[in-house]
Amino acid sequence: MAVHVQDYLRMHKMPHIWCPGCGTGIALGAVVRAIHNVGYSRDEVIVITGIGCSARTNAIIDFNTFQTTHGRALSFATGFKLTRPEMKVVVITGDGDGAGIGGNHLIHTCRRNIDITTILINNSIYGMTGGQYSPLTPRGSYATTAPYGTVEPSFDICKLAEGAGATYVGRATAYHVTLLEQLVTKALKHEGFSLVEAITQCPIGYGRRNKMKSPTEMLKWQREHAVNVKAAAGMSPEQLEGKFLIGEFVNKTAPEYTKLYQKLIEDAQSKGAK
Amino acid sequence: MKRQVKLLQGNEACAMAAVAAGVRFFAGYPITPATEIAEILAQELPKVGGTFIQMEDEIASMAAVIGASIGGVKGLTATSGPGFTLKQENLGYAAMVQVPCVIVNVQRGGPSTGMPTLPAQMDVMQARWGTHGDHPIIVLCPSTVYEYYMLTIKAVNFSEMLRMPVIILSDAVVGHLREKVVLPDISEIEIVERKKATVPPEEFLPFKPDADDVPPFVSYGKGYRYHMTSNNYDEGGYPATNNHQVADKLLRRLHNKIEKRRGEIVMTEEIMMDDAEVAIFAYGCTARSAYSAVETARAQGLKVGLIKALTLWPFPREVVEKYGDKVQAVIVPEMNMGQLVGEVERALKDKKAGVRPLNRFDGKMITPEQIVSAVKEVK
Amino acid sequence: MERCEIVLSGFGGQGIVLGGIILAEAAAIYDDINATHNQSYGPEARGGASKSEVIISKEVIHFPEIEYPDVLVALTQEAANKFAPTVKEQGVLIVDSGVKINDQIKDKVKLYSLPITEMAVKVAGSEIVTNMVTLGALVAITKVVSREALEKAMFSRIPKGTEEVNMKALAQGFALAEYLV
Repeated sequence: MAVHVQDYLRMHKMPHIWCPGCGTGIALGAVVRAIHNVGYSRDEVIVITGIGCSARTNAIIDFNTFQTTHGRALSFATGFKLTRPEMKVVVITGDGDGAGIGGNHLIHTCRRNIDITTILINNSIYGMTGGQYSPLTPRGSYATTAPYGTVEPSFDICKLAEGAGATYVGRATAYHVTLLEQLVTKALKHEGFSLVEAITQCPIGYGRRNKMKSPTEMLKWQREHAVNVKAAAGMSPEQLEGKFLIGEFVNKTAPEYTKLYQKLIEDAQSKGAK
Repeated sequence: MKRQVKLLQGNEACAMAAVAAGVRFFAGYPITPATEIAEILAQELPKVGGTFIQMEDEIASMAAVIGASIGGVKGLTATSGPGFTLKQENLGYAAMVQVPCVIVNVQRGGPSTGMPTLPAQMDVMQARWGTHGDHPIIVLCPSTVYEYYMLTIKAVNFSEMLRMPVIILSDAVVGHLREKVVLPDISEIEIVERKKATVPPEEFLPFKPDADDVPPFVSYGKGYRYHMTSNNYDEGGYPATNNHQVADKLLRRLHNKIEKRRGEIVMTEEIMMDDAEVAIFAYGCTARSAYSAVETARAQGLKVGLIKALTLWPFPREVVEKYGDKVQAVIVPEMNMGQLVGEVERALKDKKAGVRPLNRFDGKMITPEQIVSAVKEVK
Repeated sequence: MERCEIVLSGFGGQGIVLGGIILAEAAAIYDDINATHNQSYGPEARGGASKSEVIISKEVIHFPEIEYPDVLVALTQEAANKFAPTVKEQGVLIVDSGVKINDQIKDKVKLYSLPITEMAVKVAGSEIVTNMVTLGALVAITKVVSREALEKAMFSRIPKGTEEVNMKALAQGFALAEYLV
């Protein structure tokens, strides 16, 4: 049965702060529907954020919520999950928050394979501060701090998460919102650390400096440049030139941190440390 | 358990006290001279069902401790200078969002990497003002292994009672020294738990304070769904980033919750001060030298006393003021270039007593002889 | 016992730190007077001159550092070179056989040169019990703690299964010194 996302919103906190045409709300809608799909109660879900546009998601959704310092949401979430392993912990972060200032925490949270579901909303820019380039801004893009175009290459955050040990990794876009909802649903059910990158549009901070003035143009760009990982398997490197992959990249089983630590506690209590 | 007589190392006493006070979560990062606290808690916490985690850095350690505390568990972390610097960011978060937690800083010589194995008292001002914004803080400072034990319990209690971070500012001397301590029976020690909500979820406002200016702290996942943010926030816990009235009220309240319990929080010991003509104001390992100096000076017929501060922040100005017209001078020995001496001067600005700093910052303790010489100079 | 300041020094691996802790514990717990223990830390503690400081006193020990020890044990030449000049006038200096002490210092202190490591190797086949031979000799000479307290403290701190060899080492330490005293 279809869900009204509105049922999960703190309507008394409206209006939200995002700009017209922003993709953050689309990603948040997918997350809320995914939580509904999995069937978690509002009380057992906690959503933790950091700083930036992505961090403003959790003030308006009716779960247990708190916002933290810039880039540190995963570290707060790690402490929380360790003391409350029965809770379903979701972190919503962004490209600056999660891949920039919080990049090291992301790597190590992947490595620990702790049962936290992270949605990294990648709008290619620092939106809250007005359009500075991030570690996920494509090379050559313009930003207020890259008036001549960025010379830096960007991360593939999904590959980085995979390399660091995340056991569920996927990517979708605001345009491919149904896929996004599916990936987040699977990520929530997955035991271990999961990361879903949601590529979204920031028409004000990014688009208007990069020849995509309207949200529609940006959504079209997502449609035209995304290739599903399954389809990509049958395509040549030339055909994939300039494209990016979406879909499920990693889905594997590995021991989960809080379960391992629970075992450690039981061992310490029965046998004592070495 | 009965009273126990033990030969304990300072950092060991701190770790034991943390467990006794109900700490069940530690996140940290290795650093000299504080590592023993992590090592002991890695061993002890799982035995009592608690959790130890070594994080990727000090920033993450502080964040994880706060996350655990939000989860409803008492949390503590321990570090030294360079790590203390990194903890400042989230220490400010804990002060603003009102999350109980304890940070132990076993001070070593700085600035920067400095002298990792040698003692100093160079972080007194950082402990007060290290994180940005006009935040409230409580800083406790042990001079003996026994005080390290008792102040760790106090720190946990104050943090839970007032919903705020509390810093224990020890040093490499007190951290590494082993000495004889008589530990009280656990049943004799008061352990404080955070306040619980008294209203049902639909009436609950997460930051509506009681008369003591402290709001009850309700764990998530028990039907009380709410929001917390490090932005300026209203009683409902939601951002009120540009609301001047809310900001004014919040910041006053964050400070008032300490001021309202000042008498309980400000701890000092006044030693041989009754007839003292010269006072020594000292704290931490330097208070040990000062105590020796007082005994030596008294044996020589000099009327000298010691004001030992166990609480550095809020600064015990009322105790210093009390002697402002009774003594000729207050000597302030510190293992830094002069930090708390400024507060002593401020407390005595309209008083008769002069203030004489005595500083050493080469990684060696100020000796009793140095202090006795200073006493003779001001007499 | 008035305040007695003791420094144990030698090379990392000789059990200097544990030796100091046992001595302090013997005083503090089993003889029920006051004691503190301190040690050199960090990279300093691994290799080179290693140091363990013990203060034993009837009175409360406020200032916990030692500048001029009443008793120094130096198990290596390097440690002796570094710390022997600091021993108080008429203080006790215990060195391992072969460690050379200059005449100037000899005139100032009571010097005991004992085959400590040799005895440790004889007892245990390695230098592992050097600390216990040292403690036996030190206590026999200085009587800073009772022999009974020292034995109890030792048993509370050593690994299970090593009681016999450590006890023997301690006894040999006493024997070495009693022969001289």
